[in-house]
Amino acid sequence: MGLVARTLEEAGFPTICLTAARSITESVNPPRAAFVDMPLGYTAGRPHEPEFQKDLLRKVFTAVEEIEIPGSIVDLDISWSEGESWKDKATSGLNNGVNSAEGDSRQPRLSEPQYQYEEDRVAAENNTGREK
Amino acid sequence: MSANGPVDYIQRTREQYARLGYDDYRWAERKETPPWAPITKPVAESNVALVASGGAYTKGQVAFHWEDDTGVRLIPSGEPASDVRVTHFAYDLEPAREDPNIVFPTDRLRELVEEKTIGSLATNSIACMGGIYSARRAEEELAPSILDSVSNMPGPPVDLVLLVPV
Repeated sequence: MGLVARTLEEAGFPTICLTAARSITESVNPPRAAFVDMPLGYTAGRPHEPEFQKDLLRKVFTAVEEIEIPGSIVDLDISWSEGESWKDKATSGLNNGVNSAEGDSRQPRLSEPQYQYEEDRVAAENNTGREK
Repeated sequence: MSANGPVDYIQRTREQYARLGYDDYRWAERKETPPWAPITKPVAESNVALVASGGAYTKGQVAFHWEDDTGVRLIPSGEPASDVRVTHFAYDLEPAREDPNIVFPTDRLRELVEEKTIGSLATNSIACMGGIYSARRAEEELAPSILDSVSNMPGPPVDLVLLVPV
């Protein structure tokens, strides 16, 4: 996403990248970034915690107006509510310290659309006229 | 800052790939100062576009495939998150399927419009699937499509883009 942010800024659109992976963001060096200390897959909060999610986004938008130096990563002081133990084993999105996947945690890279529900496939196949 | 500090995923991936006998992954690295588009109006007056890489789509759209799909899906920003689906090869989908707002926070952004934290939410939110293995393809295929979707946004022009990865 950092690469996308750089492309957008080059074209004149200001951006802010939310990130839970500080080292990856540091490497790709987007113009403005806001770090949350959350497991991968929970970048914008935990399910069904709307106040937490909203607080997180408010802090993002405060950060947007504060960042003056290109390449800044602001720490939003947002963290996982159940302590730090998830960090011991977290390696990737699938093995994020909350959910564990042993060994090779990469899923096969399947070339067919991967629908959440079978009815979505039917809807998409009946909907060829609609712009995607 | 937490006691342990952020997890260094680059280092952990390196260790994991070494254990599994894979070649080291070459993360994109950009050392030069990033391009910079100045903020021209207060966020409270800005039209904000969401770009999220959690693999969201909505019913009627073709879902992402998992083989480096560099396409984008435009989801009308008024669509309730309960109608948003997610598909992705590289993160635990279960919590995001329970509440898509954790990777595609349009319900929350609409609430922030109501409370005037942001001016408005752009007509469409832009969904893509992160984890494109090749940085070259991310830059040459994905980034231009996203720029095109932002530049040609129906309705008011976009003032600020919020990027939410997984």
